[in-house]
Amino acid sequence: MAANWIWLVPALPLAGVLVNGLLGRRIGKGGVSVIGPGMVGAAFAVSLWLFLDLAARAPEARTLSQNVYTWISAGDFRASVAFLVDPLSATLMLVVTGVGFLIHVYSVGYMHDEDRRGFARYFTYLNLFTFAMLVLVMADNFLLLFVGWEGVGLCSYLLIGFWFKDRANATAGKKAFIVNRIGDFGFLLGIFLMFGAFGSVAFADVLPSAATVLDAGGPLAFWICLFLFVGAVGKSAQIPLYVWLPDAMAGPTPVSALIHAATMVTAGVYMVARSHALYDMAPAVLAIVAGIGAATALYAATIGLVQTDIKKVLAYSTISQLGYMFLGVGVAAYAAGIFHLVTHAFFKALLFLGAGSVIHALHGEQDMRRMGGLKRALPVTYWTMLAATLAIAGIPPLAGFFSKDEILWRTWDAGHPVLWAIGLATAGLTALYMFRLFFLTFHGSFRGTGEQRQHLHESPPSMTIPLTVLGALSVVGGWIGIPPAIGQTLGGVPNAIESWLAPVFADAHAEGAAHAAGEAHAIPPMEYALMAASIAVALLGILAARYLWLTRPELPVRIGLQFRVAATVLSNKYYVDELYDAIVVRPYNALSHFAWRVIDEGLIDGLVVGGTGAVVRWQSRVSSAWQSGAIPTYVTVFFGGVVAILVYYLFG
Amino acid sequence: MSEVGVGHYLTLSAILFTIGAIGVLTRKNAIIVFMAIEIMLNAANLAFVTFAMSIGDLGGLVMVLFVIAVAAAEAAVGLAIIVAMYRHRETVNVEAFTAMRG
Repeated sequence: MAANWIWLVPALPLAGVLVNGLLGRRIGKGGVSVIGPGMVGAAFAVSLWLFLDLAARAPEARTLSQNVYTWISAGDFRASVAFLVDPLSATLMLVVTGVGFLIHVYSVGYMHDEDRRGFARYFTYLNLFTFAMLVLVMADNFLLLFVGWEGVGLCSYLLIGFWFKDRANATAGKKAFIVNRIGDFGFLLGIFLMFGAFGSVAFADVLPSAATVLDAGGPLAFWICLFLFVGAVGKSAQIPLYVWLPDAMAGPTPVSALIHAATMVTAGVYMVARSHALYDMAPAVLAIVAGIGAATALYAATIGLVQTDIKKVLAYSTISQLGYMFLGVGVAAYAAGIFHLVTHAFFKALLFLGAGSVIHALHGEQDMRRMGGLKRALPVTYWTMLAATLAIAGIPPLAGFFSKDEILWRTWDAGHPVLWAIGLATAGLTALYMFRLFFLTFHGSFRGTGEQRQHLHESPPSMTIPLTVLGALSVVGGWIGIPPAIGQTLGGVPNAIESWLAPVFADAHAEGAAHAAGEAHAIPPMEYALMAASIAVALLGILAARYLWLTRPELPVRIGLQFRVAATVLSNKYYVDELYDAIVVRPYNALSHFAWRVIDEGLIDGLVVGGTGAVVRWQSRVSSAWQSGAIPTYVTVFFGGVVAILVYYLFG
Repeated sequence: MSEVGVGHYLTLSAILFTIGAIGVLTRKNAIIVFMAIEIMLNAANLAFVTFAMSIGDLGGLVMVLFVIAVAAAEAAVGLAIIVAMYRHRETVNVEAFTAMRG
């Protein structure tokens, strides 16, 4: 039965890790480039089989689980290495292995300049990442989820610092790891609290009983959910812990696509959606989630507007889109959040891979000010990037439109017009900065060196084929979630993803499930109005980008001079790194310096250790003075002693 | 002219002992220090004999014989040590020997 083979999905990439890691140098680049992507492809095939198996069942029975072994058993505490495949994890498994496979294939082309060792190391890490991410999404308890969570963090660190000979890359890796650790600490506290309240960390024990064990809106529910969300904030790069993600662009571009756009950074969204039963008990935390999501979306979009490094623009865009996902789950539209996660995985992975193709063609150039006019030299990259850019800008009928609009509509529907307005403004900014990137890169005239111009070339097929597949997915990927507002007019097209995920989120919004099934449901005219508004805003953004960076390229410079303060603040990313440096890093360094110089060297070394030594030395100097070696002295002392004793007994 | 009594003997013993002690404390020549020790031993012997006779206990006399025997042995060993010291350092000044300083 299918359930007996679940373990294969994470085991295949793990086998890839072992082969590439231990035998990578022996089997050479050819062997590694078969094993690395091959194992992930095989995991994708198994995932697809499991998915089809699930789909063939009745909606209530769509759960497969397998207990591999009991990992920890201490008193009442049980933690198993057990995997759960339900509609939610099956969706994530398909994204992780599917997009992961394409990126592995792309990496074969992108990394071909690496030597044999580096190549094997790269694919070992990448397979290890896939393994850890699969553990994360397939875990059937919070502890195993946390193992996967830490595993992806480790791989992220290893891959950001992949070219560790450059100090900046190693530093960026450390920054990512340390900032994530802050979130992980919160996550752990959440798990501890949860164990205290429920006596278990398994989804099957915790989630169904959340409504009975926790008081709705009570302090326990609040703190559990808040701490779990702190973990999500770190991993998914939300305010205030987003600072690591832009720096994470130091890693190879396919890594940015896989880890820092499509999969790992969305783990927080997955976790919140997975534990929605808890979040439904804590409306205050949901409001925080939605607020932080919306704030992050707008904030990151404004920074993305002025970045000049092509990957940095995409990094801020990722932060912004993750904000959308949190806005979605924050208004309890969990399916919409996951839907955006899936479509975002398609188009953002594609954008990064396209950017990688551009960087590859320009031999490492990442500054958009030295690009331009690449449309002719890189036709495949151009057209696929165009699809992805239109998708993220929210132009129907591409993928991003449906998922983003679903989130916006649900936000409005849940009664948050302010958050909706922020989301809408962000949608406009998204179109603006993405088309700025697109026009600066592919249109206009080439601004690089003559030598670069000579060597411009389209990437090899191993890179363009994944681009094409992802391009197709960016176009059609949204059709799995056509809202009833459009579906009904098209003759009853159902919202496939929402009804697919409905068993998982059923108790969250039973109304949503009926809504998803495409049943006749009164569509409020407002929904069409909002849809029209978001399309209009996206078009406005594109036209503004066209005017500013194609028609009048001197205008952005003049605007920058006009609003010099705003421009400086934006291009310095609101000075948040500097702020953290001032309020966290420097006081911490000062404290460490104090602990080192004063406490350790002064108090411990100086006073305690040195003091003990000095006392002993002084005491021994005094007592050794008595042992003069001169007999007359001894005799005198001896007589003195005898006299003293006599005096004591005779006269005392 | 009074009778010579226990007090006189003990006074002599005390005077002899003090002379010996001063000799041990003040003189530098090892042989003289040695002789001063002998004076002190004999002062002690005199006190033993005095008390033995005054209380009529022969144990004191036995102790005196014992002390004389030990003193003879000590004289032999002590003089041998002094000779060895002289051979080694060509001096018998007790202040010169401080090799055992801690």
